[in-house]
Amino acid sequence: MSKTWIGKNVKRHEDPRLLTGRGTFVDDITLPNLYHAAILRSPHAHANILAIDASEALKYPGVVEVVTGEDVVQKTRPFSVVVKTPFKYYCAAVKKVRYVGEPVAVVVATDRYVAEDAAALVRVDYEPLPPVVDPEAALEPGAPILHEEVGNNISCHRLLDYGEVDRAFAEADLVLKERFVFPRYSSVPLETYAVIADYDSSSGVLTVWSNFMGPFTLHPVTAMALNIPENKLRFIIAKDIGGSFGIKSSIYPYIALIGLAAMKASRPVKWIEDRQEHLMASSSQTDRVSYREVAMRKDGTLLAIKTKIIDGVGAYLRAPEPATTFRPIGNYVGPYKVKNLRVDAYDMMTNKCPTGPNRGYGCHQIYFEQERMMDMAAEKLGLDPAEIRLRNFIPADAFPYVTPSGGIYDSGDYPKALKLALEMSQYEKLREEQKKARKEGRLFGIGIAVGVDPSVSNMGYITVAMPAEVRSQPEYLPKSGAVEAATVRMDPLGGVTVLMNSTPQGQGHETVVAQIIADELGVSPDDVVVVDDFDTSESPWSVSSGTYSSRFASVGTSAVVIAARKIKEKMFQIAAHTLKVSPQDLELGQGKIFVRQDPKRNISLKRVAGTAHWDLLRLPEGMEPGLEARGVFHFPMADAPDSKDRVNSSNTYGFMAEVAAVEVDRDSGQVKILKYISVHDAGTIINPKIVEGQIYGGALHGVAGALFEELVYDQEGQFLTGSFMDYLVPTAAEAPKLEIGHVCSPSPFTPLGSKGAGESSSETAPVLIANAVADALAPLGVKVTELPLTPKRVWALIHDSSSTEVGR
Amino acid sequence: MKPCNFDYFDPKTLEEVVVLMRQYGSDGKILAGGQSLVPLLNFRLAAPAALVDINKVKELDYVREVNGKLAIGALVRQRVLETSEAIRSKCGLLAETAEFIAHPQIRNRGTVVGSICHADPAAELPAIARALDAEMKVVGPDGERIIKAEDFFVTLMTTSMDPSELMVEVRLPTLGPRTGWAFEEFAIRHGDFAIVGVTAAVTLDEQKNCADARLAAIGVSEVPYRDSKVERLIMGQEISESLLDQAAHQMVEGVEPSTDLHASADQRKHLLRVLTKRALKKAAGRALKGFEKGRGKNA
Amino acid sequence: MPDELRTIQVTVNGTKYDRQVRCRKLLSDFIREDLRLVGTHVGCEHGICGACTVLFNGQTIRSCLMFAVQADGAEITTVEGLARGGQLHPLQEAFWENHGVQCGYCTPGFLLTALELLQRNPNPTEEEVRIGIAGNICRCTGYQHIIESVLAAAAKMGAKTV
Repeated sequence: MSKTWIGKNVKRHEDPRLLTGRGTFVDDITLPNLYHAAILRSPHAHANILAIDASEALKYPGVVEVVTGEDVVQKTRPFSVVVKTPFKYYCAAVKKVRYVGEPVAVVVATDRYVAEDAAALVRVDYEPLPPVVDPEAALEPGAPILHEEVGNNISCHRLLDYGEVDRAFAEADLVLKERFVFPRYSSVPLETYAVIADYDSSSGVLTVWSNFMGPFTLHPVTAMALNIPENKLRFIIAKDIGGSFGIKSSIYPYIALIGLAAMKASRPVKWIEDRQEHLMASSSQTDRVSYREVAMRKDGTLLAIKTKIIDGVGAYLRAPEPATTFRPIGNYVGPYKVKNLRVDAYDMMTNKCPTGPNRGYGCHQIYFEQERMMDMAAEKLGLDPAEIRLRNFIPADAFPYVTPSGGIYDSGDYPKALKLALEMSQYEKLREEQKKARKEGRLFGIGIAVGVDPSVSNMGYITVAMPAEVRSQPEYLPKSGAVEAATVRMDPLGGVTVLMNSTPQGQGHETVVAQIIADELGVSPDDVVVVDDFDTSESPWSVSSGTYSSRFASVGTSAVVIAARKIKEKMFQIAAHTLKVSPQDLELGQGKIFVRQDPKRNISLKRVAGTAHWDLLRLPEGMEPGLEARGVFHFPMADAPDSKDRVNSSNTYGFMAEVAAVEVDRDSGQVKILKYISVHDAGTIINPKIVEGQIYGGALHGVAGALFEELVYDQEGQFLTGSFMDYLVPTAAEAPKLEIGHVCSPSPFTPLGSKGAGESSSETAPVLIANAVADALAPLGVKVTELPLTPKRVWALIHDSSSTEVGR
Repeated sequence: MKPCNFDYFDPKTLEEVVVLMRQYGSDGKILAGGQSLVPLLNFRLAAPAALVDINKVKELDYVREVNGKLAIGALVRQRVLETSEAIRSKCGLLAETAEFIAHPQIRNRGTVVGSICHADPAAELPAIARALDAEMKVVGPDGERIIKAEDFFVTLMTTSMDPSELMVEVRLPTLGPRTGWAFEEFAIRHGDFAIVGVTAAVTLDEQKNCADARLAAIGVSEVPYRDSKVERLIMGQEISESLLDQAAHQMVEGVEPSTDLHASADQRKHLLRVLTKRALKKAAGRALKGFEKGRGKNA
Repeated sequence: MPDELRTIQVTVNGTKYDRQVRCRKLLSDFIREDLRLVGTHVGCEHGICGACTVLFNGQTIRSCLMFAVQADGAEITTVEGLARGGQLHPLQEAFWENHGVQCGYCTPGFLLTALELLQRNPNPTEEEVRIGIAGNICRCTGYQHIIESVLAAAAKMGAKTV
């Protein structure tokens, strides 16, 4: 296959509709006789519900139904989750509320305005209870308990031990210990959650249109919660999703709630989450406190890592959690060749919104600890931060490399990537500039951060949340694998249609698929129609379907290649039969299949396609008519965790090396990013502009977490950042300008050599900026161990370095 | 996030507005640009029984000079601060400050008078009104009255207007060639309400000494903050680095800012000191330039 | 209290519409629900995100901060009104060529904001573009390709008027 289209900046096929206002997002869909829902939410962080009186609301003109916890407990079941901790998570509060914003009732009315009017008329008697909002405080004896049936606030606890940690610490020249705090920030897509549910009582099918993004493991979870057979819960995903970055995985409890409302109201019901609801009660990443210890040799060799992490998962552990804790388990050591690792992980339930995936899922938290610690160690040992990293990298000739926790890194050249980043940043010159700036009393800092970027989650990694003894019991179904499917079809006139089920949220899948098909089948990308309409009753989906864990570039594209190659093989057989040669003698090019030695003997693709559809008696004997093939790709090394908790948690592993320079304003505490160099290894790149776009977006997401964004609760569990006036999303005026570089280590595990890149910089940017700020503030002798580095926090570090109370 | 129901009126004359406001009193709300009010309605933090939309009251859409003062009617959009030649030449401070106010889409719709009436303690226009001793022309059931800026801002989002009154005009002094001005602020993002902002206007006398100084700060108290002690300190003096330092230190003496999500009290005080000096310096520098230019012309 | 209804006449993208509306209906909802022009998106309903930006009598406004009833007699341009006769507007072309679109949800607001920006300042610097579009939020692009798109459109549109 000659690469004509792969690697080119093909203009996106999606854009004409999106540029002209002709996209189809969930809220653009309407149904006859459609009703609208508003959700009444808890104003309390923790309270018993003594009574709910919906009678006034039901009398309000235009209101048709009110759903409360009583319906929920009668008609639905608690959502299942990987651990067996006996708490009950329903789609709305039952007898007790456990976070501000928890759904308490749903009002269904003729329109949203009326529904909101009536929601205000639902009377709820609460008996407030003391809340616990800090994950570390939730572990304390005597802390308020959210779920009496659990007896404490621990939803999951695992101690994972790899290698010989104690020995390594005993032999170390240097041991460092530090406490880190990583805040809750979130995805905040411009389009909020959106659900339309319609129940057909004659067939018993509940059809739900939504902007759910997968993983479709959560489809059976929803069906079970609704007491509906899985094949009678039909998910249709809108053609266009207005961004997600992980958060739309966690919409499914609302699908269940609105589904329940549609069933009770016997009418189709639409619910469009508003921004306040989204910030308060959709999802976010966990808030984490961690204690990390590292053991080092004098020369900077990292010998062992110990970390105790305490994740705040909110009021209920909601699937796919506790994946924040375990998603990066295979790449926990990042790009370093350290062999000894111990992770003592707690997932604590607190009176905050439940958590879930957010771009970088679990990685930015561990890289924050890891890369901050590398800088602290470098300082202690008198090494340059670049040098200490280079000394610890897994060498380029060691791939595929197996990490102590079971990750199988497919390919990479970490030293090359970091060296490129240093070169692009003119690192030496930056250090000179810094010297000059410091002489002038300016706070100028340089940061470096590196990270391994996992993509395509292994469907089994999450079972590490269960002890090995439980996983080994015979009744336990082990989970493994990661799969995607695609169907390629050539019509009688030679046009190609590809059926996908990838639920993209802006990643340009239609374009990328067309590029791959163009190369595989020798057509133009413009001749390829890609239909990516997800419908559980029509699409060839699996539980691992969806666009999450940066999986499409690795697994989705591979399924397309396999399907295309099947078609190609069949076309060659038809051509060989017609031209009376062997298929091995044929080649594809310029819309024709020709004899390699004698190109004048050829047959057009159109003719081959015509033959396959319309001249069936001219097909080789025994050949099935038509030109359609389904490609299924799955990774054979995505096995279930072994008895020692080792698991290859993802399937391809990219790399990023980043360098940034910042200046901190002493008066305001504001951080300005002067330079941001971002070098990536995502294997084979199919559409460079799309990859660039992913990197820019991921980087700003991480920068936002480093400097601007935090979902803040006060000590009473009241939520303080329910609007864009308080949850500060950076705009074009604040966004840094990135310079991107690439190195390419094709994955040996995918047909095209491609890897994911969609999360990449979101994993390193927070610590990159933190390292740069720490470097800027180094002359003041203060430590940077907590995000976000808002002007308020940085100002306190500068002006009040003695005080530890810099929080809110 | 949809507003509660309300009675909607869109009168075409001021007279009709006054009648409606008399009728509704505190149950009614004036809707002009709506850039602060409509978010409150959408969040259901405000639920007035009636909205009196003044966008059709064309008689309130004017910028004119009256007795050496710039009069800006209640329908004048903030965008006009950027485009009006009269405003740029008579009160350049307003023109220059416009870019700190939110974003173009907001300024296209939001009004100058509306922002002053809303009395957000972190908004820019109330600070200018306070610094320049603006006069607020207010109309109510009992007729017209003028409220001085020093009496206008009562506390957070609260003015001394009666609920049945509406503000129809703000009058600001025109700034002569020997007056220099500045608006300095720190906001976390471009267009955000200020964490702290300081506006200054400095007028020089024949000897290049300070004949008049005005300073107002936002983000440090519940209303735009002005301290006559600071102004008296500067007046009659030659502007010097040490004088500016003294003024800046004096400025923080009387404030007790609060700590909130985005800034601490100490940080605000520090910023107030820094920005006061910066604003005064810039204003004085400009006044000096105007002074020299004026002398050149006279010669 | 039943909602008060008003009849309004509004011209959107050159087409006149007579519609009965409830007085509290937001202009953004009216455009989407009553006119079915769903290219105008709603992202925050409190005037920060800019997704609902439309041109109102030639100037950008947040359509979530106005009531439909206030649009009586107005001329409105939405994203659907940018392309003419199947021909993309140079701004749309520039966004296409420079990958200024990812999920597309913020795009209509950015296009209309950029249109006004370039009308007021046909040859902006990068910094002026950054400030000019700072009233719109995008979560996909990190803004970099959007900024490049606006600068490319400025060049394109400038070249056309020469």
